Amino acid sequence: MKYTEDHEWLRVDGDVVVVGITAHASEQLGDVVFVELPEPGTAVSTGDEICVIESVKAASDIRAPLDGEIVEVNGDLADNPGMVNEDPTGKAWFFKMKVADLSALDAMMDEAAYNEMIG
Amino acid sequence: MADLKRTVLYDLHIALGGKMVPFAGYEMPVQYPMGVLKEHLHTRAQAGLFDVSHMGQVILRPKSGDAADAARAFEALMPVDVLGLAEGRQRYGLFTNEAGGILDDLMFANRGDHLFVVVNAACKDQDIAHMRAHLSDACVVEEITDRALVALQGPAAEAALARLVPGAAEMTFMQVAILDWQGVDLWISRSGYTGEDGYEISVPDAQARAFCEALLAMEEVAPIGLGARDSLRLEAGMCLYGHDIDTTTSPVEGNLGWAIQKARRAGGAREGGFPGAARILRELAEGPARRRVGLKPEGRAPMREGTQVFAAAESGAPIGAITSGGFGPSIEGPMAMAYLPATLAEGATVYGDVRGKRLPATIVPMPFLPNRFKR
Repeated sequence: MKYTEDHEWLRVDGDVVVVGITAHASEQLGDVVFVELPEPGTAVSTGDEICVIESVKAASDIRAPLDGEIVEVNGDLADNPGMVNEDPTGKAWFFKMKVADLSALDAMMDEAAYNEMIG
Repeated sequence: MADLKRTVLYDLHIALGGKMVPFAGYEMPVQYPMGVLKEHLHTRAQAGLFDVSHMGQVILRPKSGDAADAARAFEALMPVDVLGLAEGRQRYGLFTNEAGGILDDLMFANRGDHLFVVVNAACKDQDIAHMRAHLSDACVVEEITDRALVALQGPAAEAALARLVPGAAEMTFMQVAILDWQGVDLWISRSGYTGEDGYEISVPDAQARAFCEALLAMEEVAPIGLGARDSLRLEAGMCLYGHDIDTTTSPVEGNLGWAIQKARRAGGAREGGFPGAARILRELAEGPARRRVGLKPEGRAPMREGTQVFAAAESGAPIGAITSGGFGPSIEGPMAMAYLPATLAEGATVYGDVRGKRLPATIVPMPFLPNRFKR
């Protein structure tokens, strides 16, 4: 698993990258009550705001971690946003994307580096 | 968090794992490890304990010794019947300004030879200055600075408090009493700001932590932070001063006409005679141009404070804005309050601009969840 400074995790699954938010991020957000996901087929660039997460406290965004195309989104999150708190790195993945260059993940943080970042 | 004040219960909040945030000049717990959602639901199902010691506690003692003189002076600051409030009873009040706007909302109680007033934390310095400026001929305005204030709210609040203070069970909604706990006077009112049955209890600083710990030792009582306090009061349709009401909104616009008793209205025994009476009495007679209403957004997306509201999905200028909005854990959906033209009836559809998209919402009666006060 790789991590971004925006507290997203990325997992390579065949030729797609699965993206979600970390347990640390879900704890900081508090109870998630609403998730808005992008349309499959959307072309995205690194840094684009592509998902909205609303917790009991506030709204925040998920940015595209890489250039690519959204190929699938986790529709279950819309009906059961609380999954983000219950299983952030498992069932509560947000989207799968096809990326032009998988080697871009190599430069991202691994688990040890991410844990060091969040202290 | 430099320059922030702490309540006497600060160390208890830390010990309980409270996440402290700045609020109204104080470091207060926004949540405990249970989290906002579960704290909210716990309060509705059992009992929640809130530290509200940051609020202002004030005694108005009549210089003449006659409590009616204090009541008469206090009445000149609010469109509310103070003289008619029976001993041992509490009532909701509003300080208004000459323009008919709201300076603060508050609770006051008739405690026989004096009045006891509780005001909002963010307004307390200005409220006390306001009372000293206008009431000093008739009253000594005494700020209480050596007592904590806590709220115990929820269906199990009565059983929990009665274990420590049996007399609390006999109290009715909006009744106040001074009851003994281990030799200490507790100033108790049967009221709160969650829509649930419950109490607010003023306890001397020295005994505050022990009192809270005695309650928290009970299975049904959990500590609750400001996050859940906000979602609970919003579901109950109650205003948050500085958001849903302020100096730019009148009590009638704020849909608080129920707080203006007959005695102060046109034709009443003590009609008018409060700041902003001309506007407030006119709005009571003719209706205001805009009014605070409840909104139920369709779907799950919350509409937050500041969201612009439109009459149509496509075009037109905003017709109002949301003043409080969020997710209601008990109603399992979003809810909001907004100021909208009074011509719009309940059931009408309006549109809130959420991240550039106009999403539909229906004007609904409040509270969003029926209240469960002990009548």
